[in-house]
Amino acid sequence: MSIEIQDVHKAFGSLEVVKGVTMTVEKGEVVSIIGGSGSGKSTLLMCINGLEPINSGRILVDGTDVHGRGTDLNKLRRKIGIVFQQWNAFPHLTVLENVMLAPRKVLGKSKAEAEAIAVEKLARVGLSEKIKVYPSKLSGGQQQRMAIARALAMSPDYMLFDEVTSALDPQLVGEVLDTMRLLSSEGMTMIVVTHEIAFAREVSNRVAFFHKGRIHEIGPPAQVIGNPREPETIDFLKSVL
Amino acid sequence: MNYTFHWLPAFRALPEMLWGALVTLEIAVLSMVLGVLFAVLLAVGASSQYRIFRAAAVSWVELARNTPALFQIYMAYFGLGSLGIHLDSFVALLAGITFNNAGYLAETFRGGLRAVPQTQVRAARSLGMGQIQAFRLVVMPQMFRIVFYPLTNQMVWAILMTSLGVIVGLNNDLTGVTQEYNVRSFRTFEYFALAAVIYYLLAKFVTVSARLMAWRLFRY
Repeated sequence: MSIEIQDVHKAFGSLEVVKGVTMTVEKGEVVSIIGGSGSGKSTLLMCINGLEPINSGRILVDGTDVHGRGTDLNKLRRKIGIVFQQWNAFPHLTVLENVMLAPRKVLGKSKAEAEAIAVEKLARVGLSEKIKVYPSKLSGGQQQRMAIARALAMSPDYMLFDEVTSALDPQLVGEVLDTMRLLSSEGMTMIVVTHEIAFAREVSNRVAFFHKGRIHEIGPPAQVIGNPREPETIDFLKSVL
Repeated sequence: MNYTFHWLPAFRALPEMLWGALVTLEIAVLSMVLGVLFAVLLAVGASSQYRIFRAAAVSWVELARNTPALFQIYMAYFGLGSLGIHLDSFVALLAGITFNNAGYLAETFRGGLRAVPQTQVRAARSLGMGQIQAFRLVVMPQMFRIVFYPLTNQMVWAILMTSLGVIVGLNNDLTGVTQEYNVRSFRTFEYFALAAVIYYLLAKFVTVSARLMAWRLFRY
């Protein structure tokens, strides 16, 4: 059980943003990806659940080739939850309905089952009080926690986080990170693209430093963040800490 | 001014005019239902990969929006008539208004579709929904809200356009009935003022009920 990324290249037109990335994330691991903007980290995340096609290489999720010819992406995505920088709440549905939608329509659960799941997940992210309201009435942090609950409602084996706190007001960042902390303490496998270096250091088993579409350094946080070897990593950390 | 108003004959004609109003409403509703169907086809056609569909859709939209509705109805009746295709007044009027509605609504739908951000589709797909599911469950409901008021406007416009039926010989809609009375009595002001009030009430009825519906439907 793992996500294996093998020599993945990805270009938008003539601009190559991922230039041969290889890494494996084992079940139960939390791996953070840090690096400057445009370093290809978010793009890689989109490639992992097939939202973006790749140009070469392979990504295997539990042995299934994500970009393989016969791969049922809709089915594969059920076990890979993703939360985006822009929280993307469905504005026409209440918080409860947002979380219930995919379990009902994708997993075919009954209304009662889906509601039970949604209520449970929303409680876990601390939104029990808000289940009846529409997303427009929520703060950014609350919307982002709802997005986490919505992904969790599919009972994914893996969770991908794409700079989920970057668009939030500083005072709302904490509540979202707390929710992610909770998940990692429960043993959820997570790949976290983030600018929150302190958070990455605290929750990750490993940290990968991306620079110009490549992994420059990967290892335990104490090494990559605490005692970086590569000059690019040192420069980057200097600029953000 | 030495005109003496005679309202009584006009009010005597009221029941028949109200029956006419029902025909007016019938044409407007039918033209909207058909208009929406064709508009969807046009919106899809305009973004088709086949040039012929694109050209057909774009020409339809361009003609419908940039020529008088009167000409469109005229063409459906007399234009097609001279080509040997004879539609009766009711059908010609319906076809003309439908043509016009579809042209306007196609643009409305295209705009509505664009207004729903692609990130919504992405979020839906990331939860395992297929393309059609994502469209039906996430994009369409949001698009519906965006096109709702333009749709209402078009409905009002359709009701008012039905009055053009008189030029292709329709005599049982509100304007048709009014005109029949008018030519018999020449009480033009009275009859048409009364008809105008009925058109006004019909149009208001549509906008007010749309507002109520929106209030029920769009709680977010």
